[in-house]
Amino acid sequence: MNSNRRYPDTVSGPFEEPPVEFVDREDRPIKILPYDGSDREFEGLVKMYIEFDLSDRAQGIPPKKEPRVRTWVDNILADDCLNVIAWDGGTAAGHSMLVPDGDGGHEIAIFILQPYQDAGIGTQLTKSLLGYGEQHNISKVWLTVERWNHRAIALYEKIGFETTSAESFDLEMAIRIAAE
Amino acid sequence: MNVLLGFDGSQASVDALKRTIDRAVAAGDELTVALNETGVASTDVLADRVEQAVGEKELSVELREINGEPASDLIEIAESEEFDELVLGGNSTSPMGKITLNKTVEFVLLNSHVTVTLVR
Repeated sequence: MNSNRRYPDTVSGPFEEPPVEFVDREDRPIKILPYDGSDREFEGLVKMYIEFDLSDRAQGIPPKKEPRVRTWVDNILADDCLNVIAWDGGTAAGHSMLVPDGDGGHEIAIFILQPYQDAGIGTQLTKSLLGYGEQHNISKVWLTVERWNHRAIALYEKIGFETTSAESFDLEMAIRIAAE
Repeated sequence: MNVLLGFDGSQASVDALKRTIDRAVAAGDELTVALNETGVASTDVLADRVEQAVGEKELSVELREINGEPASDLIEIAESEEFDELVLGGNSTSPMGKITLNKTVEFVLLNSHVTVTLVR
């Protein structure tokens, strides 16, 4: 990976760590919790990604077919990754993860199931994950996002991400959540 | 068809090489492989890998060396020598599995006047 990745000098946060409970803009009670390692939660995530609309894919993920969804979910629920899930009762409404890049940083992504979009869940979910990351001594977080995905870019900027590279097809953004 | 493949020894380019060789054998394409020496693999090593990939197959592959800027070198060769197709590997992924296009792929896609196939 790119070992010359840039990060903002300023530390953002602190962010509230999970569990976080709130009522979304559609009056649904949402609970954000770290992944508990259970099969039940694993299956909840698989169900969410199988229902995921193809138009909301980001750079090829999530995959579409169930076997590949299972492989992918299994990979990002590995012990060295941090995962938080937004639950509406037993339904996984959103999922956010930090995956180590082998270079001292973590890649972040957020997925919100279509019926739960535009309800404020993405912002809460991202902040909760960053809070969870702070707890686990993570300091540098980055992501790539397609240039036309204005909704996602606005969300990340609001939280404190800065654009660190705009030279590629995708925009690279990064945030620092702890001093090194 | 007259096909030009860019090869730098990366996993993505190895995948592209295998697919392109199979297709060339099946379709009777003429294949030229442009070896792009990187810090990881020398031209000799790259040439050996191409030879191994061809193995016993009924195909003679022309080898070229490119130096300098691989993206513009590939386009220059493809356009000036009237290739029908330029093939590149493009399957690099981020830690979480997002597909990313490197600078070479991006430049070629945007600037080539020859049809580009991206093998993923």
